[in-house]
Parts: sequence; C-alpha cells; structure tokens
Amino acid sequence: MAQTKTFGSVFKSGITTENPLIISMIGMCPSLAITTSVRNAVAMGIAVIAVLVCSNIIIAALRKIIPGEIRMPCFIVIAASFVTMVDLTMQAFAPPAINRALGIFIPLIVVNCVILFRAEAFASKNTVSHSIADGLGMGIGYGLALLLVSSVRELLGDGSFWGYKVSLSYAPASIMLLAPGAFLTLGLTLGFFNYIRLRGAAAAESAAQEKQCGCAGCASGACGAK
Amino acid sequence: METHLLVSSSPHIRGDDSVNRIMWTVAAALIPACAAAIFYYGAGALTLILMTVACCMGFEAAILAFRRQNPRDAFDGSAAVTGVLLALIMPASSPWYFPVVGSLVAMGLGKHVFGGLGYNIWNPALIARAVLQLAYPSRMNLSGWPQPGLRLPAVHAISGASPDATSQASPLAKEMLQKMMDKFIDRMDTYAGLLVGGLPGSMGETCRLLILVGGIILICLKIVDWRVPVFYILTVFVLVALLPPPEAAKSNSWLSDPIYHCLTGGLMIGAFFMATDMVTTPITRKGRMIFAAGCGLLTVLIRFYTAFPEGVCYAILLMNTATPLIDRFTRPKVFGYVKPPKKDK
Repeated sequence: MAQTKTFGSVFKSGITTENPLIISMIGMCPSLAITTSVRNAVAMGIAVIAVLVCSNIIIAALRKIIPGEIRMPCFIVIAASFVTMVDLTMQAFAPPAINRALGIFIPLIVVNCVILFRAEAFASKNTVSHSIADGLGMGIGYGLALLLVSSVRELLGDGSFWGYKVSLSYAPASIMLLAPGAFLTLGLTLGFFNYIRLRGAAAAESAAQEKQCGCAGCASGACGAK
Repeated sequence: METHLLVSSSPHIRGDDSVNRIMWTVAAALIPACAAAIFYYGAGALTLILMTVACCMGFEAAILAFRRQNPRDAFDGSAAVTGVLLALIMPASSPWYFPVVGSLVAMGLGKHVFGGLGYNIWNPALIARAVLQLAYPSRMNLSGWPQPGLRLPAVHAISGASPDATSQASPLAKEMLQKMMDKFIDRMDTYAGLLVGGLPGSMGETCRLLILVGGIILICLKIVDWRVPVFYILTVFVLVALLPPPEAAKSNSWLSDPIYHCLTGGLMIGAFFMATDMVTTPITRKGRMIFAAGCGLLTVLIRFYTAFPEGVCYAILLMNTATPLIDRFTRPKVFGYVKPPKKDK
C-alpha cells in the first residue's frame, strides 16, 4: 500500500499491482466469455472503463450522503444507470456484429465484480479525483488483460487478429475459441504473471538479505520503525 | 501423528521395482500394438509414433530443466509411455502438428502443471487426446468411429433380418439361444475383423488382439491389476445388454450388440493401458474395481445417450477425477483396528 495517494500512483496501481483480472481475479466471467476475438475484448474494455469511471465519480461524490446500511443497492442503481446508457449507446453506434457477440455481457456489467469492488473498496472512501484515477486505472488494466487473453485466443483459435487473417503455417485450433480454451488461456496467463511476480519477490528478498542493512534498508516498513 | 513406519529387524528384501523398470516394461508391452499399427498404416504410422515419443521426451526434458529438476528424468520411461499411448490413440491420418501439440499438452498441461510424474490428476495421454479432439474436430472425426456395417454389407444384411425373427410370439428359450448362436456366427466376420484389424480406427485401436497380448503380459508381470480391464469390459458388456438401446439402434442393430461394443473403439487400449495407469487410478483393489465399473458405466452412457460416438476417453478422464474420492472411501481397515463404541448421548 502506498502511503500517499497521488493521481498517478492510483492510476498505475490499477494497471499493475492491483490489476483486477490478473491480481485480484475479479470480473472473470465476461473475461472467459467474450475474449474470443480482439474486437470484442476492446469493445468490452471500453464499456467497462466508461461505466467504472462514471460510477466511481458519482459514488465518490455521494459517499457522505449514502447511508452505510443500503450502500450496495445504491451502488447498483448508480452502476445500472451508466450501464443502461452505455448499452443503448453501443446499440446505436457500435457495429451490429459486436453487439451480437457481447450480447448479455454488457447489461451484466451492472453486477460485474470490478464495478462493485471498486465502488466498495475505493470510491466510497476516497475523493472524486482519486476515484477517477482509480476508475481509469482499473478499467484500463482490465481492458489490457482482456486484450492479452483475447489476442492469444484469436491468434491460436482462429488464426486472425482484429478479424484479419494472419498468414501462419499452423492450423487454427478451435478449442481456443471454446470454453476450455478460455480457461486454459486465462489460467496460463495468471500462472505466467504469478511466476514473474514470485521471481521478482524472491530476487528482492535475496537482495535484501545480501544487503543485511537492518531496519533502514528494510523495504516493508511494516514494523513501524522509521 | 501415528504415521511412524514400523521397521522390523533385518534381513530385509529389497524390491527391484522402479519407475524406470515399470515404465519401460509398459512401453515394451505396447510394441506389439505399434507393430500392428505400422503393419496396417505403413511407414507413416512409424514416423508418427517415433515423432510423438521424441516430442514427449523432448518437452519433458525441457520442462524439467525449466522447473530446475533433473532433465535426465525424461528418460525414466514415463514420457515414452505417454508418447506411445498418445500416438496409438491418434488417427493414422494425423498431420505433423498433432504429435507436437499433443505432446506439449500431455507433458505441460497434463503432467507438469500439477507437479510432474506422480502428481497428475488425469492421464496425460488422454488429456492430449481430448484437447486434440476439441481443437481439430474435423481432423479427428475422419477415422474416429469404425463402421463395420458399411464395410461388410453382406453381414449387415443378414443381421438386419433378426429383429423381425425375435418379435415372433413367445419364442422358447431354446430357440432364443439358437438364434443368439446364429446371430453370433453371422457376425463372426466382423468380430474377427475388429480383433485382428482391418477396420478403420485410430492407430492402436485397429488390432485389438495385440493390445490384449500386451495387456496380458503386463498382468502376468503384475504391473497391471487384472481387475481393472476385466471389470471395465464386463461392465460395458452387461450394461449394453441391459440398458435400453438408443434410437439409432433401431436402424443399426450393431449398436445394441454387447460383443461389438466390447470390441470397438478405444475400449481395449483404454481398459488395459489407460485405466490402469498407476498415478491416476485408485490404489486399493476395491477402489480399482469401483473405478473400472464406473469407467464402464460412463462409457456406455456416453456411447448410448450422447452425441459423441465414443466415450472411453471422457469416461476414464472423469473417473480419474473421482480417484481421490474413491481412495478415501475404500481406505483399508488397519490391522487390529477396533471400531470405537458409539458414545451415548
């Protein structure tokens, strides 16, 4: 946890250290269902960013007014209004193919864990500007994770990227477009990032042990000695 | 905890079983089936088998090195057995990338994701086969399911007449028996074809006789428990005879023939080599019997009532999933253990 929150640090942590899909592992359902193509993932990412930023702003602004006992219904009503706006806007302007592919998953953003989790954990306790940073960071982090998973799935499963055929010498494996492919890709992606994270942590630990510089060099600062 | 090992005084007998010895014996027991595959499908089959084994051992060594373990363990035979089995359950018409993708899936996702040899939940070769089937359905369906009715029209025409004959009023038991014998003799050609080979199937499913030979060798060497294949095949036989046949059986009487079901598809190789894998099946005798019967039940259910023509692969994978549960319920009673008396409430 960063001691002092700035717009930049909050924004960055949403993409990296607190990435909703890869670190917190929330919002898994749409990430499994709609990542069959990069187009879908980008559309979904944009929709989530829009809803998340807007609902974070409103919730942060109303955080002193909303009674604690009924905060969840309030969050859902706020998120639902923005989801309805995004849904109707997409139906009006987005290509019909994308609307058909995303289908129920746009309305389902209302109950997406990313929205409610950020509302509960961040926006209801922080200022409006920080909540905007949080919404942007989390939304972009989620979108980037979707982009990564969908790129792998579309490349391996369909042999294409953004709908354009990529001329490669392998036969596309349709399993990657089916549910097992989604689980495999997501699982391996999480494993890969965990591997990097653990390796980084191990390296930091061994470096700290090598230094042997006591309290001053201790990175954690958990003991409160300053 | 009371898990101390009780070591009695010497002399001790040292068993010479090892992973190496067992796995290479299993690989050797598969040689007859490989020979049959090469006999029926030519040099292509040999290339395919060699390529799959090489890929499996290569990926195993690479992943072991990545996991900072001894890459030499790739030569302990387990990767080779997986490779041969995987090759034998692929169609002979497999393109070059089947062995590569299949081996990577078997070794990576089937085995090392869980921690390597001894820790995998599912049979790696079957995982690879299931993934290949979903990944390239058009390639896998070409020769998935043998259709002897098409191959031997004469036999089929004769057997097609039998439903009329059996629907006569109150046939005597003796006549029934006579008819069953006649039917059996009519179908001998196909049964023989299924046993010896010559009917389409994946490579190792062609010549069931030689798989049987390899399996019996392993049973004699006590590497394979006889209960598993016997109970598996017996369950399939009984259930096909007892369960109401699917709709399709009305037009194709083969589908309700128990002997035919025991001889087709991957049942033989599955029962002798897949359902007997030491890692992914229960360890107690009772557990193995339950496991085998469950495999048989699922195989028949999938063959009869789902859209899939063959169920051996999924049946064994599903029962692999249930293995820890079976092991827990069939835990043997410790010698001298007395059930604690029920406490009064």
